[in-house]
Formats: sequence, C-alpha cells, structure tokens
Amino acid sequence: MSAAPPAGAALAGWPLRMPSIGYRLLGVAALCLALALATDAFLTLPNLLNVLRQASLTFLIASGLTLVIVTAGLDLSIGANLGLSACFAAAVIQASGSVLLGAAVGLVSGLVIGVANGVMVTWLKLPPFIATYGMLWMVYGVNYWYMAGTTIYDFPQGFRNLGSGDALGVPVPVYLTAAAMLVGGLFTRYTTWGHDIYAIGANREAARLSGIPVRSRLMLVYTLSGAMAGLSGIVYLARLNSAEAGMGDPLLLPAIAAVLIGGTSLFGGIGTLSGTFVGALILTLTLNGMNLLTIDTNWQPLVMGVIVLLAAWLDASTRRRAEARA
Amino acid sequence: MSRAAVLEGGARWRDAAAEAPGVAWLLAALLVFFTVFGPRFASAPNLLNIGIQSSILLLLALPMTLVIMTEGLDLSMGAVLGLSGIVLAAALVAGYGLTVALGAALLVGLVFGAANGLLVTRVGLPPFAATLGTLGAAQGAALVATDGQSVVGIGPGLPALYASAWLGIPFSIWVAAAAYGAFHVLLYHTRFGAYVFAIGGNRDALALAGVRVDAYHAAIYALGGLMAGFAALLLTGRMNAGHPTAAIGMEFDAIAAVIVGGTRFERGYGGLPGTVLGVLAVGVLKNGLNVLAVPSSLQVASIGLLVIAALLVDSIRGRS
Repeated sequence: MSAAPPAGAALAGWPLRMPSIGYRLLGVAALCLALALATDAFLTLPNLLNVLRQASLTFLIASGLTLVIVTAGLDLSIGANLGLSACFAAAVIQASGSVLLGAAVGLVSGLVIGVANGVMVTWLKLPPFIATYGMLWMVYGVNYWYMAGTTIYDFPQGFRNLGSGDALGVPVPVYLTAAAMLVGGLFTRYTTWGHDIYAIGANREAARLSGIPVRSRLMLVYTLSGAMAGLSGIVYLARLNSAEAGMGDPLLLPAIAAVLIGGTSLFGGIGTLSGTFVGALILTLTLNGMNLLTIDTNWQPLVMGVIVLLAAWLDASTRRRAEARA
Repeated sequence: MSRAAVLEGGARWRDAAAEAPGVAWLLAALLVFFTVFGPRFASAPNLLNIGIQSSILLLLALPMTLVIMTEGLDLSMGAVLGLSGIVLAAALVAGYGLTVALGAALLVGLVFGAANGLLVTRVGLPPFAATLGTLGAAQGAALVATDGQSVVGIGPGLPALYASAWLGIPFSIWVAAAAYGAFHVLLYHTRFGAYVFAIGGNRDALALAGVRVDAYHAAIYALGGLMAGFAALLLTGRMNAGHPTAAIGMEFDAIAAVIVGGTRFERGYGGLPGTVLGVLAVGVLKNGLNVLAVPSSLQVASIGLLVIAALLVDSIRGRS
C-alpha cells in the first residue's frame, strides 16, 4: 500500500485485534475427530466433500454479512433476499430458457435489495437492525405472493453444476468460495477502502473525522451483502434444482452463527472472511454430525440458537476482557 | 437527573397521548379507506372481530413497548408464545386444570424472558443476538417436544372460556383491556415505570443515582416472556390446540405496532396509548386487506412497509 490510510490512528494495533483462527481450527479438528470416531460414514471422501460444499454455500451468504457486521451494522434481510433472488432467477430461466439472463436477474434483485438497505441505513439514518428487519418481512411477503405456493423446478444440467457439480473432483461452490475469500481478503487487507470499513466499525465518529466517506463505504457493504445474497440464491437454486418461496427463511440464523463463530464482533471493527469460513465449517460439521448420528432435524433450530448464544457470549466476554485491559 | 426528576411519571402518559396524533390519523385514514372500498368491512361483527384478533397482539405489544423504549428488541416473543402454547395444551391434555396449565405456560415464558434479560444485562449481548438465539431455542424446543405435530384434545373448558362474553364483549377483549390497565399503572404510576423511561433516556445517570439498573432492565425482558406465556391462553383457546409454529413471526407484528404507535429506540421515547393505536392500525390493515381479498403474504409485506414508512416520517422530520 503506497499511501497511509487516512484512518491510521483508528487502525493502530489493527492486526493484533483480529480474531485468532488457531483456536477455531482446533475446534474443527476436534469436531472431525469426534465424528470420525463416532460414525463410519463421516470419514469418507463423498461426505467430506459434501461438508465442504455445504460450508461453502453458508460462507457465500455469510460473507457480505461479515463486512456489514465489521462496520457495526447488521443485515437481517439476507435469508429472505436469497429466497426472492433465487425465485426470480428460477422464473426467468424457466420462461426464457437463458441461464445467463436468469442469473443476471437474480444477482440484480439481490443487489437492489442491498442498495435499498444501504439507502435506509446511510441516507435515512435508520438503525440497521430495524431497517433490515422491516426489509426482511417486505421481501418475504413479496416472495410468497409472487410464488403463490408454487415450486419451480428442473433446470438445465449445465446450470445445476454450479451448485451440485464437481470440477477436478472438487465441488464447484468451493471454487466460488475460494474466489470470494481471495478477492475479499485482498480487499479488506490491502486496500484503503477495506481498511475504511474496519475503521468505521471501530469508531465511526473517528473515521468520519479522519476524512473517511462513511456513507459511501456503508452503502458499499450493504450493497455487497445484498449482491452476495443474490449470488448465493443462484448457487442454492442450482444445488436444490428447485425454487420455492420459503427456501431462504432458515438460512439467516446459520449465516449469523457462522459470522459470530468466526470471531467477527457484533460491536464492530473486528472480523475476517477466513474466520467466517471456519465458522461455516464448524457449523456444517455440527449439522452433518447430527445427520450422521440420525438426530431428528427438529433439533436443528435449538442447536443453532444455542450456538448463536455461545458465540455471542464469547464475543461479549472477549470484548469485556479487552476493555478491562485497556 | 435526580430521582425526583425521574419519578415525575404521573403526567407522562398524558404527554404520550398528546404525541399520538400521527398514528391516530393513520388509523382514521385506514378505517375510512376500508369502509369506502371494503364491502362488509364496517359491519359490527367485523369490527368486533378486529378487536378479538388484536387482543393477542396487544398482549405482546405492551411489553415490547417497554423493551423498545430501553433501546432493545425481543425477537423471541413469537417463538416463546408458541412454546408456551404447547406446554399449556399438553398440560390440559394430561388432565391438569386450567390454572395449573396456565401456570406452566407462564413459567415457560418467564424462564425465556429472564434468560433474555440476563443475556442482555449480565452477559452484555446485543438484544437482537440474545433474542435471536432464544428464538431458535424456543422454536426448536417446541418442535422437538411435539415432533412438529399439533397438540390436540385439550377438552372443552378453554375453548368455551375463550368463546364466552360478558356484557356483549368477548373474553379476549376483556383480557386485553385488563392487560392494558395493568401496564398503564406499571409504566406511569410506579417506580418501575419511571425507571423504564430513565433506562432508555439516561442509563448512566440512573446507575449513578444508585439504582440497580441491570435488575430493572432484565425485569423488562422477563415481563416480555411472561406476557408471551400469558398470550398462550388466548392463542390456544382460539385454535383449540397447541401448534409449534402457530406464532412464528408474531413478534414482528408486535414490533410493527409499537413502532407505528410512535415508540422509538432512543431516549425512552414512546408510550402505551400509541401502542394501542398501533396494534389497532396493524389489526385494521390486516383485516381490511383480507376483506379486499389481498393475499396474506402481501399483508406481511405491507406491514414491513408500514414500519419503514413510520421510521422514514421521523427521519424526514429530523426527530431521530
């Protein structure tokens, strides 16, 4: 980086305050070990690839949310956004026969919802959690109305490969996740704009006073979050080979859980995309393990809720300790 | 802020009533609109129906008002109501009396509400994270306990009570009115109520005045859980069964009613009269759209729009 970031002061000690990945990788290893011992089916290549595929899908939705939460914001609309974008994409693919057009429509739909969130949070100064919560139910209602209880299914094989296919033996979503992590990692670590996002989350007022265009950076992260929800919608559609109005509803809680487990702080300024991927991996391993142990799927919301609470508790206590030291 | 200043609660509800015109106009406009365009909307049975439909919502919106006034949010209320309904129905099916069954439902609600309160105050979680977690836990517990099935066979007692009326007014409206009365006294005529305003307004000053802020703050969430448990009485009576997913999303209607009613997330701003009007506005909107044969999905969307519009009006006026 040639020029020093304008928020140099706000970023002092920045690398030190990043969440440590080590403990979390240890958690992944422990989960893997436990599942390998408890079940025969876990340590098979198809199952491990399946875990990787599922974790990648969770990561894709959670990636935009990670950046939003780093700015001390929130986007509760991503699950509903994913559902609507996938349904729009499905309808267009079905009607026009063009996968490319459908994907473009899905992506744009996600992006537009993201822009609307950004406008509400930045220009209209609404609190992010209530603005995006209202957006959640608006998008939800529109989607259930649009689909009217129908399911759109059966897509061209070429499109389905985007979600359920393999390339060189590795699931295609894994490549997408790798690309998103690479681009996102470079963006957050090595660009001024990326640093701005952390500075805003750490201390918004200080960021504003040091000349960071807070509004346009926030606009960017909410737009990104919407666009990533749209993109994930397309990949989910390809994976499920069907679209119905409720498909995104159960995905909000896991996305938030993945972000929190990955060490991104709800209080802003701290967090990484690679952490979120590890969070998604831990979450997926847990659910996969429950499946392999034939635990009823009814347990999943309960487990997910407890995981969110534990992760948030860890975040809050870490923050308190840091404050006590300071 | 001294304690004396904090405790001038008596006049506050008149202030709040005086600040209600926004939602009163909205309610009036909705009533006129649906009377003109909705056949059968303005009939006595339908208006009574709106009252009945709104009573469960009011039971949730009253404590939600206090939660939002203290810069919080309770996303778990719908799920806790669902779980309490399961417990209530299961107790009735097992042959316990209504008092015992209601006691069990209240206990479930109180446990979740107290958990929310402790997570927010002691653990220091942001309210949305704490209550999103307990939402998952309550919903999951309801699904696990019932295997996703309805709990039926609760006997004739509760449905008969629910269907009863006194002086021509249905049971649920009496319950809602009693709940309003209790909350009105609590918020405007007790020390607890004065502290609610102060926690939202100037928490640090209250703590410096020697008040155990955390305990009062946690009690607000506990009250929310308790009321969700209490609302199970009406929900189960209405459905004649307990269903694990029956109340999902009801917290959103409650939050919408509170916001539309003029309560805001900052400075202890807001009040109960506005919440009543907000609940009625949400009830009238849903019922009216129903009469106009608008699908229920778009009713949900319109309420989302209503919330954002209400906040926008504030934002444009520059109040927030």
